[in-house]
Amino acid sequence: MSEIANTFTLDGQIVHFTPGQTILEAALEAGLYIPHLCFNPELKPHGSCKLCTVIVNGRSGSACTIKAMPGQEVQSSTPELDGRRRLQLQMIFVEGNHFCPGCEKSGNCKLQAVAYDLEMLNPHFPHFFPERPIDASHPDVMIDFNRCILCEQCVQTSRDVDGKNIFALAGRGMKSHLIINSPSGKLGDTDFALTDKAAHVCPVGAILEKRVGYAKPIGERIYDEKTIREQVAADAEGGL
Amino acid sequence: MTHLTMSLVEIATPILERHKRDHTRLLQILHDIQDELDYISPETMEYLAHELEIPITQVQSVVEFYSFFHSKPHGKFRILFSDNITDRMLGNKDLFDHMLNRLHLTPDTVSEDGLVSVGMTSCTGMCDQGPALLINNMPITHLTPRRIDEICDLVKSGLPVNHWPSHYFKVDNNIRRADELLATAYNMGDAIKAAVAKGAQSMLDEMKRSNLRGRGGAGFTTGVKWELCRNAPSDERFIVCNADEGEPGTFKDRVLLQSFAGHVFEGMTIAGFTTGAKQGFVYLRAEYKYLVKSLQIFLDNMRAAGFLGKNILGIEGFDFDIDIHLGAGAYVCGEETALIESLEGKAGRPRIRPPFPVTCGYKNKPTVVNNVETLCKVTEIARRGGAWYEGRGTRQSTGTKLLSVSGDCARPGIYEFPFGVRISDVLEECGAKDVIAVQISGAAGVCLAPHEFHHRIAFEDVPTAGSFMIFGKDRDMFDVALNFAEFFAHESCGFCSPCRIGTSLVKDMMEKIAAGRGTKYEINEIQRLRDQMKNFAHCGLGQTAGNAICDCITKFRPAFDKHLSSRDFLPAFDLELSLARSREVTHRDDADAHLGAK
Repeated sequence: MSEIANTFTLDGQIVHFTPGQTILEAALEAGLYIPHLCFNPELKPHGSCKLCTVIVNGRSGSACTIKAMPGQEVQSSTPELDGRRRLQLQMIFVEGNHFCPGCEKSGNCKLQAVAYDLEMLNPHFPHFFPERPIDASHPDVMIDFNRCILCEQCVQTSRDVDGKNIFALAGRGMKSHLIINSPSGKLGDTDFALTDKAAHVCPVGAILEKRVGYAKPIGERIYDEKTIREQVAADAEGGL
Repeated sequence: MTHLTMSLVEIATPILERHKRDHTRLLQILHDIQDELDYISPETMEYLAHELEIPITQVQSVVEFYSFFHSKPHGKFRILFSDNITDRMLGNKDLFDHMLNRLHLTPDTVSEDGLVSVGMTSCTGMCDQGPALLINNMPITHLTPRRIDEICDLVKSGLPVNHWPSHYFKVDNNIRRADELLATAYNMGDAIKAAVAKGAQSMLDEMKRSNLRGRGGAGFTTGVKWELCRNAPSDERFIVCNADEGEPGTFKDRVLLQSFAGHVFEGMTIAGFTTGAKQGFVYLRAEYKYLVKSLQIFLDNMRAAGFLGKNILGIEGFDFDIDIHLGAGAYVCGEETALIESLEGKAGRPRIRPPFPVTCGYKNKPTVVNNVETLCKVTEIARRGGAWYEGRGTRQSTGTKLLSVSGDCARPGIYEFPFGVRISDVLEECGAKDVIAVQISGAAGVCLAPHEFHHRIAFEDVPTAGSFMIFGKDRDMFDVALNFAEFFAHESCGFCSPCRIGTSLVKDMMEKIAAGRGTKYEINEIQRLRDQMKNFAHCGLGQTAGNAICDCITKFRPAFDKHLSSRDFLPAFDLELSLARSREVTHRDDADAHLGAK
């Protein structure tokens, strides 16, 4: 009896995987890009942004949560799926208050990078313009909730890596929002520290170090040098 | 410690003790605390977090997630009008306004004396006897202007709701057609004894033979679910009865729990016997809180008779008991993994599947989640066998099905039909005339037009969880679609971005059309967003959120067209309207205070 190879196809390309890996993990390891936003390889898959939605054997699902299986046929870079991802990005942009030109994260921001990569040229929908006051109570870190995309990377990291449980999500539907674990609800009243890993995981500009303004100028930032797609390929190369 | 905190400790301590300081009982604790204190203040949240040894964020997250918890005062009397489309058709808006006028209130604002607040809530499951409201979680049905006046007088008198005349809280069963489930006399213990006589393996075989499929809507084979749970390696298993009947227009589970609770509990006990689970939970929607007392009494009677507890029927090791958990106003908790999260004392956000609850459910142990009606059907199979059961209904949909019929018909109520009944036959039986549409299986279901009434209720044709709402010739199907759009935007849990943002965008566009500013552009956009949610959303709520609205667009387009502007596009932002506030502040209403001619 012959052994079944641990491979699946992604848009026709053969991808090898280690049993237990998800489709997204295996693809990224092979240097193949599937657009994603809430996924962080060091954390448990969250599966909320839905940008990594692919079609596996005819059914759609999140590449970050579906386990890779031998013989799967996965479609990702199709005009239809990329169109849906663009639409999804537009929805995410109008939900919050994302003003790239004035954001310190610009050029290092995953949301912006994915939007460039997928050629999202306008927000399309009317903006919701939610009112979300910032929290500048902490001496070293500020939180600008206007940019939060509810990916819970800070929630997971603070709880599972830092062991502090500083963040959580509360509310329902469009009223969902990030909350802080202190009686006042202010970051300054927690034991959060700049050295916490959670201070550095935010994929957008919601959690920022204070007193660091454009240390690296715009034009020389991560996604200025390479698109997020090229960056993924380069990271895979470096990992080999 | 201040005086206030002293009283908080005094009030909270016995409640915490009663719930064994178990943080998975957070929703139950919050219900009890809120009953005493009217609302959950930040101080209360901090205290509970400390006592339960959980982060304050978990308490805040739960309080903010569920509609029935309040972090601000909401009055000694909290009145919530059911706002399903059937309530609207029966004139709930006028009654709502009437009550606000009588009490000199605006919506969701507490009266100055802290006595009362009045708001709207999603369908409360009283569609056959609406319009309905909840006052401090007690239902009042058949509302009329006169009834509203009486309620207002009682509220002003300050008399606690539990001292009000009991006739106000009478809820009718309205059983119009009874078959195997509703017409069979109940003898406590008969079904459990029959299952035990068969033995666990044989009972499972009978279940599979019966081809019983879940009545919650998805239609998974119940026997297979049980078998997967039974075979999953674990030291502990759980049976959960999904009584979070939140689908707009359905109320059959309310009737089953009100008058057929024995069937439900015995079905759960048989599930425990068959799978090896020792603990069962009934997850009851908060709108049905008024049933808790009678359900507890029923459970006590079953325990006293030896049908629950340790060594049931004297059989060594056959232990099973049932606990009732209240939800707190969140439609999404009808989704089984969201329900389990809620059961664990958390916000009801659906989990990533797989793993499925049968292998990894409550407390990450194998868990069977079955609908109330499904569990009732189990007792039929125990008593009469799988082969007999399979003989009713259709090949893929065996047995009978309860339909919750409401809307424009002479006899709204519960109808039990064998699967395979034609929609036209149901309409005939309930006395519906000049019907233009039937919404099957609630806001998440399908909207059928007259040329489709020959279809049958069955998993292989028109599947349903039971909701059957009828619309007569004078109804505007745009109003129906608008109601569903508002419903989903209110009930989206907010976890995944397609549903969270998509349901709100659809609602805004529907409201824009209702305001006369919509064009064909919005119609196309709504359909595009429906496709997006269908393909990208995380759970069934989002995947189905746009279906009924788009059904209405496709089948009742003239109802939409008459609201549309003939222009190609109008912006959502109305400059003239946005100046209204400035005019109000400056006390101006002259021509120069308006943009162009109005």
